[in-house]
Amino acid sequence: MFEYAPAPESRSVVDVAGSYGLFIDGAFDSGKDGNVLKTVNPATEEVLAEVAVAGPEDVDRAVAAALRAFGPWSALPGAERAKYLFRIARIIQERSRELAVLESLDNGKPIRESRDVDLPLVAAHFFYYAGWADKLAYAGFGPDPKPLGVAGQVIPWNFPLLMLAWKIAPALATGNTVVLKPAETTPLSALFFADVCRQAELPPGVVNIVTGARDTSAYLIQHPDVSKVAFTGSTPVGREIARSLAGTGKRLTLELGGKAANIVFDDAPIDQTVEGIVNGIFFNQGHVCCAGSRLLVQESFADELLASLKRRMATLRVGDPLDKNTDIGAINSAAQLARITELSEIGAAEGAERWSPECSLPDRGYWFAPTIFTGVTQAHRIAREEVFGPVLSVLTFRTPEEAVAKANNTPYGLSAGVWTEKGSRILAVADKLRAGVVWANTFNKFDPASPFGGYKESGYGREGGRHGLEAYLA
Amino acid sequence: MPKSSSVKAPAEPGRLSVRKTYKLYIGGAFPRSESGRTYLVDGDNVALASRKDARDAVLAARAAQPRWAGATAYNRGQVLYRIAEMLEARRSEFTALGVPSAEVAAAVDRWVWYAGWADKIAQVAGGANPVAGPFFNVSAPEPTGVVAVVAPSSLLGLVSVIAPAIVTGNTVVVMAAGPQVAITLAEVLATSDLPGGVVNLLTGRYAEIAPWLASHDDVNAVDLTGVDHPDVATELERAAAGTLKRVIRPVTGVDFTADPGLQPMTALLETKTVWHPKGY
Amino acid sequence: MTVTASAGLSDLRSFLHGLPGVDKVGVEARAAALATRSIKSSSKAKAIDLAIRMVDLTTLEGADTPGKVRALCAKARRPDPADPTCPPAAAICVYPAMVKVAAQALSGSGVHLASVATAFPSGQAPLAVKLADTREAVADGADEIDMVISRGAFLAGDYTRVFDEIAAVKEACGGAHLKVILETGELGTYDNVRRASWLAMLAGADFIKTSTGKVTVNATLPITLVMLEAVRDFRARHGRIIGVKPAGGIKTTKDAIKYLVLINETVGDDWLSPDRFRFGASSLLNDLLMQRTKLTTGHYAGPDYFTLD
Repeated sequence: MFEYAPAPESRSVVDVAGSYGLFIDGAFDSGKDGNVLKTVNPATEEVLAEVAVAGPEDVDRAVAAALRAFGPWSALPGAERAKYLFRIARIIQERSRELAVLESLDNGKPIRESRDVDLPLVAAHFFYYAGWADKLAYAGFGPDPKPLGVAGQVIPWNFPLLMLAWKIAPALATGNTVVLKPAETTPLSALFFADVCRQAELPPGVVNIVTGARDTSAYLIQHPDVSKVAFTGSTPVGREIARSLAGTGKRLTLELGGKAANIVFDDAPIDQTVEGIVNGIFFNQGHVCCAGSRLLVQESFADELLASLKRRMATLRVGDPLDKNTDIGAINSAAQLARITELSEIGAAEGAERWSPECSLPDRGYWFAPTIFTGVTQAHRIAREEVFGPVLSVLTFRTPEEAVAKANNTPYGLSAGVWTEKGSRILAVADKLRAGVVWANTFNKFDPASPFGGYKESGYGREGGRHGLEAYLA
Repeated sequence: MPKSSSVKAPAEPGRLSVRKTYKLYIGGAFPRSESGRTYLVDGDNVALASRKDARDAVLAARAAQPRWAGATAYNRGQVLYRIAEMLEARRSEFTALGVPSAEVAAAVDRWVWYAGWADKIAQVAGGANPVAGPFFNVSAPEPTGVVAVVAPSSLLGLVSVIAPAIVTGNTVVVMAAGPQVAITLAEVLATSDLPGGVVNLLTGRYAEIAPWLASHDDVNAVDLTGVDHPDVATELERAAAGTLKRVIRPVTGVDFTADPGLQPMTALLETKTVWHPKGY
Repeated sequence: MTVTASAGLSDLRSFLHGLPGVDKVGVEARAAALATRSIKSSSKAKAIDLAIRMVDLTTLEGADTPGKVRALCAKARRPDPADPTCPPAAAICVYPAMVKVAAQALSGSGVHLASVATAFPSGQAPLAVKLADTREAVADGADEIDMVISRGAFLAGDYTRVFDEIAAVKEACGGAHLKVILETGELGTYDNVRRASWLAMLAGADFIKTSTGKVTVNATLPITLVMLEAVRDFRARHGRIIGVKPAGGIKTTKDAIKYLVLINETVGDDWLSPDRFRFGASSLLNDLLMQRTKLTTGHYAGPDYFTLD
């Protein structure tokens, strides 16, 4: 066997300090109560840094700063706002290796993905929305659309910097100011982004970053001076937020969970389909709300496809996220690992057949081998609940109608995949799928120009593209 | 105010300055006119383009066009933004040529404005069409091809005719007025990751060259914004009709400082509509 | 399914057109992703030596002379005269007219002698000429024959003719190994690459090879990936291992290592051997030697320190 020697990306490109404060009104401070949380490298359980926990007074200050900044920022000509965003995009491009390493350290995702997917998309997102700032009159939302005010934004841990970009870039382009709370387990890249804002000489208060946990988020979104709430995370929390904001008049967009069906017909291009299935469920350790976690394969094709899939899975390289040859990194947290483990055990107990390739996992850190369950039916919990890990459930179907019915038979509706060489079938199936994004003969593709978001309990509102402006405009 | 070349480079006491030679910009290179001709503009000998230079420029523009149009919109946007960066860094070269500082700034911002359009124009000018039947039907804009431009004399005017043409994937042959400013802009373009041949700049007399461009069978559109004589414009329009070129007619008194709108881009776009059946 | 030389056109056609499709965007993305693998230190050293052992050192020019061919044979036997640990190349690849010279120069070295035959590179000659070309090369000492398929016949849908030609050349090869050049740069689609691969394997190829090196598009990673998938699937169905040879355009160690990664992660160990995988190349060898020296000495090597042949 051709063994690859370790090829670690150098950690020295990023300088992680021992502790970080909150970014409020253009400056870092340690927070009123002095409470901190520790953020760890999930691949080693090493503590990377202590980060301030924002209490109510801190959030008050951040929202006040954002509100003060809102007037002048929204009054700037669009072309001037655009140039700030272009600057940010450029600085991110120039610092992308540093930010990629940081993201892999704090999140556990492989450097190959943070380097080749996350960071290029982050920069592209700022570029894209920079260009809209002086073109809002052309976006189809009326001749003179207005910003909303202060946006309170809460993002998840799976794509920390990319989710930040999805939130901040359209908000700023449209003239809003923001208070953003990154996830408890992955706060670092947002704090580095604060430094990017300073480098770009963004006016103080336009972007504020408050770190913390659930209490910080809850206080932020309830704040009376926050006009707009944008949340990406789990469906239960999203539901709670929607309930809590009822009657406040705040604008709300939610990007929540998913249980995407990846539908494979018997005429699919098999080798590329296998890649798409692998990318669909094992990309980012399966910590992807739009992951193709339910493989629906035409029964006549199932044996051949599964044999290919298993052969391919045996070549997946699990391990050190900073190794340039790693395909699957660490699970982001102990809590998430416990959730994946529990659901997988339930899957086996419910009678599905569990399979993983031979795969040695590191001793320290949070790891889960890529896993598939065959013989899964719609009644199994692993076919219904979001695992948010590298676990694929395989079901079969006989006809396109049955495939569509099974695909739609879920409260979620974020994404779906269709694999067939027949174009008319792709389009007919796509028409009938109740999902916000349908990928055909590809999967997990993202582009700043393309809107993203869910049907049903996967949330509402769209991020990305021209459509992504709407959530931030009156 | 005309400037003589001697004031362009501030003199160091005891040192003789090195002057710049103003040549054409074709296919990413700076050749002299094949005719060997120059003309005197504000004390500089400037290349006087011939019809054969125009022919070479069309060849270069045609050769560059498929790849430029085939680049991703994101990539074209990045290149236009890079032009803005390079122009910003060379602002003093233009003010030294007598271009007002505010106009140079506006020209930089104009590149930024169009950089942002690269990946948005299709979303504004295209879209899904709800036809009555089981069909997917979507329209998207595509560049028309090679555009010959008679440019207005100001820097902002020049940028305002080049940028909207190339941002969508067209390539251009520009008959420039104000040759020193135009060639200095060419030097900006040549250092901006813009592939050679996407913009080709000719200096000289448009009355001599434009008829050859307007009648050229391998040119897809002509922009006559810089034509200041109505009869000449009509003649050129008539010549362009030979191959049914798209024509942007001169409008007198264009305010280049205003929001340009979509028209400068859409005038140089074709719309392609794709049908596909839907069924299991 | 068994296909024989006498199989009717419709059988062959329905089989080849029934093969799974290849999605262009997907296969190119997969190849590009594998090309990002980072091969360092000890892995790189092993990969370089393996790549040297896989090189079919090639000269296919109208200007080839006995002197040029003898020099190349010496290079294949001992690529780095300064370093006895450096392995020899897999083979020399020459025109039929040069086989005798090469056979003499390679005698006893263990380096194989390949000859292009069958009206290389166009393949536009009558079958009798192609067979004579082949027999003569074998008689002169070639133990490997690199034949070209009739792309014209393939593109015209005349699969039976292509099949029969390959089968006839295979027979004319006697004991010599047959490499079938698909000239993938002229086939137009990945679907055709997969079909031509199967056609060649069914007709008796020992190796399938991408290109003559004489057209604009030669070996690429995605084309080689499709061919590797074909030999993998062929073995699963027929139990026989067919080799793969990308040729043309592979000039650097970095390129070569990408191909080794491709093998490693698609078909695996069984193809990581000169018996199953070759590079058709010329300038590649010196770059491999330069990189090899860099690993040994710790500093970058310069072209003046390697033999030009």
